[in-house]
Amino acid sequence: MNNHAWLLLGLFMTVLLLLVRPLGIYISRVMMMERRQTLVSGFEDAVFRVCGVQRDEDMGWLKYALAVLLFNALGLLALYALQRLQLWLPLNPQEMANVSADSSFNTAVSFVTNTNWQGYGGESTMGYLVQMLGLTVQNFLSAATGIVVVTAFIRGFARHSAAGIGNAWADLFRATTWILLPLSLVFALFLASQGVIQNFAAYQDVTTLQVTNYETPRLGTDGQALKDENGNPVTEPASTPIQTLAMGPVASQEAIKMLGTNGGGFFNANSAHPFENPTPLTNFVQMLSIFLIPGALCIAFGCIVGDERQGWTLFAAMALLFVTFAIAAIGFEQQGNPLLAKVGDADTVSMTTTALTDGNMEGKETRFGIADSALFAAITTAASCGAVNAMHDSFTPLGGAVPLVLMQLGEVVFGGVGSGLYGMLIFAVLAVFIAGLMIGRTPEYLGKKIEAHEMKMTSIAILATPLLVLVGTAIAVMTEAGRTGIANPGAHGFSEILYALSSAANNNGSAFAGLSANTPFYNGLLAVAMWFGRFGVIIPVLAMAGSLAGKKRIFVTAGTLPTHGPLFVTLLIGVVLLVGLLNYVPALALGPMVEHLVLWSAH
Amino acid sequence: MKNLLRPAISLFVLLSIVTGVFYPLLVTGVARLAFPAAASGSLIVMDGKPIGSELIGQNFTEPKYFWGRPSATAPQPYNAAASSGSNLGPLNPALAAAVKTRIEALRAADPGNPRPVPIDLVTASASGLDPHISPAAADYQAERVARSRQIDPQAVRQLIAQHSEGPDLGVFGEPRVHVLRLNLALDAIKR
Repeated sequence: MNNHAWLLLGLFMTVLLLLVRPLGIYISRVMMMERRQTLVSGFEDAVFRVCGVQRDEDMGWLKYALAVLLFNALGLLALYALQRLQLWLPLNPQEMANVSADSSFNTAVSFVTNTNWQGYGGESTMGYLVQMLGLTVQNFLSAATGIVVVTAFIRGFARHSAAGIGNAWADLFRATTWILLPLSLVFALFLASQGVIQNFAAYQDVTTLQVTNYETPRLGTDGQALKDENGNPVTEPASTPIQTLAMGPVASQEAIKMLGTNGGGFFNANSAHPFENPTPLTNFVQMLSIFLIPGALCIAFGCIVGDERQGWTLFAAMALLFVTFAIAAIGFEQQGNPLLAKVGDADTVSMTTTALTDGNMEGKETRFGIADSALFAAITTAASCGAVNAMHDSFTPLGGAVPLVLMQLGEVVFGGVGSGLYGMLIFAVLAVFIAGLMIGRTPEYLGKKIEAHEMKMTSIAILATPLLVLVGTAIAVMTEAGRTGIANPGAHGFSEILYALSSAANNNGSAFAGLSANTPFYNGLLAVAMWFGRFGVIIPVLAMAGSLAGKKRIFVTAGTLPTHGPLFVTLLIGVVLLVGLLNYVPALALGPMVEHLVLWSAH
Repeated sequence: MKNLLRPAISLFVLLSIVTGVFYPLLVTGVARLAFPAAASGSLIVMDGKPIGSELIGQNFTEPKYFWGRPSATAPQPYNAAASSGSNLGPLNPALAAAVKTRIEALRAADPGNPRPVPIDLVTASASGLDPHISPAAADYQAERVARSRQIDPQAVRQLIAQHSEGPDLGVFGEPRVHVLRLNLALDAIKR
């Protein structure tokens, strides 16, 4: 870590700290809006009347869960249909073809579950209508789903002897309209002012200074690339004086992509593309916007349960875990790749003379360098965002292991919008349960007794994703269809598959992108992992919300284990790490750890 | 179920129109009014013809131009309609081979230069469209460019300085040199 990296990390955490409290208070007010005769509630009344929503209805957990599932299923259908039909729909100036069935299904599941894993390349696959009416909409609605589920869960703690956990329709409308939309609007305009494009023009041809000469695959009469007798593609020389610049309504999608911890890029290169993330300043603001809502939700949680310290405790646990992993990622990437220093004659490649850009620059942009790229990687995987401004596949073995482990911890280090907090609350429940066992008292959290039903739901929610990741990885490495997708040889190839399943099941969406995942096998396998990784947690969380809301509140006594303060922060971090590491250490040993040992012993 | 269907469908349609139509159109409208150049791609226009974007790098291989970061886009480098990185892992022999080829190309174009090659000049960028190189990478190429253009190396270094920028606001990102702007400035020198 050099001075620049320390300064950057310090500044990032400081600005984040300043922003989360005001936004957290605002979110708690929006989501807890009681009936008031204001302009806002008058507007809401009109909307709800048109939509057939009974705003005063208090739903039981089952009905609430059904409403959320139904709403998401509609999103799945609409997004699938838009991709399958895009050639015949308007706003497709490049005449992008209809997307294949398996890819459309994968992408629809991916964006509905807030994963935003992308098997396709954005600018070469999706027309503008799919990008805005399909993908942008799900960027909003999947984030709103996260907010409403965590709101219902928090109500479970805040209410007592109650039958319901809120109104799913009113919650979905409020999260989208009063939280996500205004923030996105401001952020999109900031991005547009910095150079992020926003238009509906056809792709722009420009005449470059120098003609580009290159090799292009020779096609046979059947349109397929020809191969020589060794199976290598046959190429022929070509040249072009033209560069075609992809265009589109990028800024509006980019804003919610970061704020909603979605992470699906308009372009294939995601936030590394200069049209998505043109300057180090936009990069810093993008990093902040990933953590903004997940961080603020911790504070909103504290406000709603009536004890702000509870929120800050979760925030502190997340922040400590995050800073540790971020320092590790930056450090490993700054070490660079020792193999490149001895390519050719001695001292051919400078690893030290360019003080600021030395290190592992493969797959990184010059304007971001090592620190701003590695920090982005830690943020995007600590939160379940998955946007990337550097190619994680080209990270050093341990530098790449940091994003991998952050996802495997269950996306609770800030995590996704809403999902990060309900994930961390599940771990908090597990922590008080373990602590209760140790001191021989009935575990309780925020005045609610934690009993058998809650522990069953906690177990399902915690075990669902590791099961999907490890079984999915095993299936992929044991089948021919899974192994053919691998791009890099050796242990790194295994890491590519492990990363894909970890990313999908934990709804992150970033990739070791060398893996050729746009095949029926991976599109299917990863869609299953994404769907059950999302709703396999949401349903037990809502079930728990229902049972908690119905419980009586027990009052704090001298024997109550306090769930705020440094002791509980330590306990919580311990539980998160223990569960994460116990599940994944064997798999990590086969991937990044082996690769690290080989890399440095080869050196 | 029936009493869930109506609110689900009507709310989904309503929110889709608000977030998927009104919102992008509003951003487009305001951006077009307030930041017209940025919204349409920060194009560089010469003699009425667009010759590139301020933000997107171009491919340079001639000795008289400064070269940018290697680009892994297909089929041609710096393909701005299909951005991509190489995704080569650190131990992949293809990575070392690609770096070796790039070092040899740099050495062949500038045989007298004994200095070590800056790492960003031989490793592919993340987007394949990186418009910048590090100041060290520009300095490394200054003599070669001056020689092939038969101009004073000091004049070339001055141009590098003019097209360099420091970290944003002094803290964010890295110092960098804008390759396309620098090459345009070189072409503009009267010979």
